[in-house]
Amino acid sequence: MSKAVSVLGGATYQGEVTITEAGLRGMITLRGDLSDEKLAAAVKSVVGLALPETRAIKEGKQGAVAWMSPDELLLLCEYQHADALVAKLDAALAGAHFLAINVSDARAMFTLSGAGVREVIAKGAPVDLSRRSFKLGEIRRSRIGQIAAAFWLSDEETLSVICFRSVGAHLFDWLKNAAEHGSLPRFL
Amino acid sequence: MLILHCPYCGIDADETDLAPGGEAHITRHGAEASDDAFEAYLFHKKNPRGVHFERWRHSFGCGKWFHAARDTMTLEVFGTYSAQTVSPPKTLINKIKKKRPDWEGF
Ligand SMILES: [Zn+2]
Repeated sequence: MSKAVSVLGGATYQGEVTITEAGLRGMITLRGDLSDEKLAAAVKSVVGLALPETRAIKEGKQGAVAWMSPDELLLLCEYQHADALVAKLDAALAGAHFLAINVSDARAMFTLSGAGVREVIAKGAPVDLSRRSFKLGEIRRSRIGQIAAAFWLSDEETLSVICFRSVGAHLFDWLKNAAEHGSLPRFL
Repeated sequence: MLILHCPYCGIDADETDLAPGGEAHITRHGAEASDDAFEAYLFHKKNPRGVHFERWRHSFGCGKWFHAARDTMTLEVFGTYSAQTVSPPKTLINKIKKKRPDWEGF
């Protein structure tokens, strides 16, 4: 098998916030009946977490599980574990109507850290990123600039963004521009 | 700016998060239909000046299709509802009738 590399090889940028390409991350799309206890048990068995509420993300030691739509979850794990976890999901859900697929190589992920991460994203997403509205533990699927992206805050100064790998370099450039020194209104 | 409440993920989605799907509740004639029926399905839209039922997709968000009722002239949104239906909910129709007494009805 060829050697896997992430879209920008861990590139970083230091502006008003620090932007880091998060490197290879395991990502599994799981579609199915989220009210099915078998599905919840299968998720627990691979990432050690209960299902998230609507629009929520749960992060734990083994990985994370994010609500993407009424019939879709995104599981985050170690890159090298993704295939094995898909096999485990396939076995646990055999017979049910579901889909589990390793999408790790189709995605890119960035981590923004520092005071002001809300404002960097607020420049390009049609989302109210104020503390009052966008809470910790909420994942939002929307757009940043012109591209589809999902983002969430792990704490007030740590924000993660996932996008399609094909536009990863573009998003990095966009984020760098949005995080330029002296460019944040410091309002949120 | 149009803002529609997505009934699937609960977000009040900005227009730029959405993709329009045209007039709702139309009969989808297939290849076996008469030329007239197929032409009507493809081209004959109500395009009213006023109350309109539409399909929208929360394309940048949860990805789900849903329905919306709004006024094409004032852009007032009367409500949104599930895609799994062939006609608007009664409560929504009554709400629109109250606001638009001259409306011909669904
Ligand atoms: Zn939605």
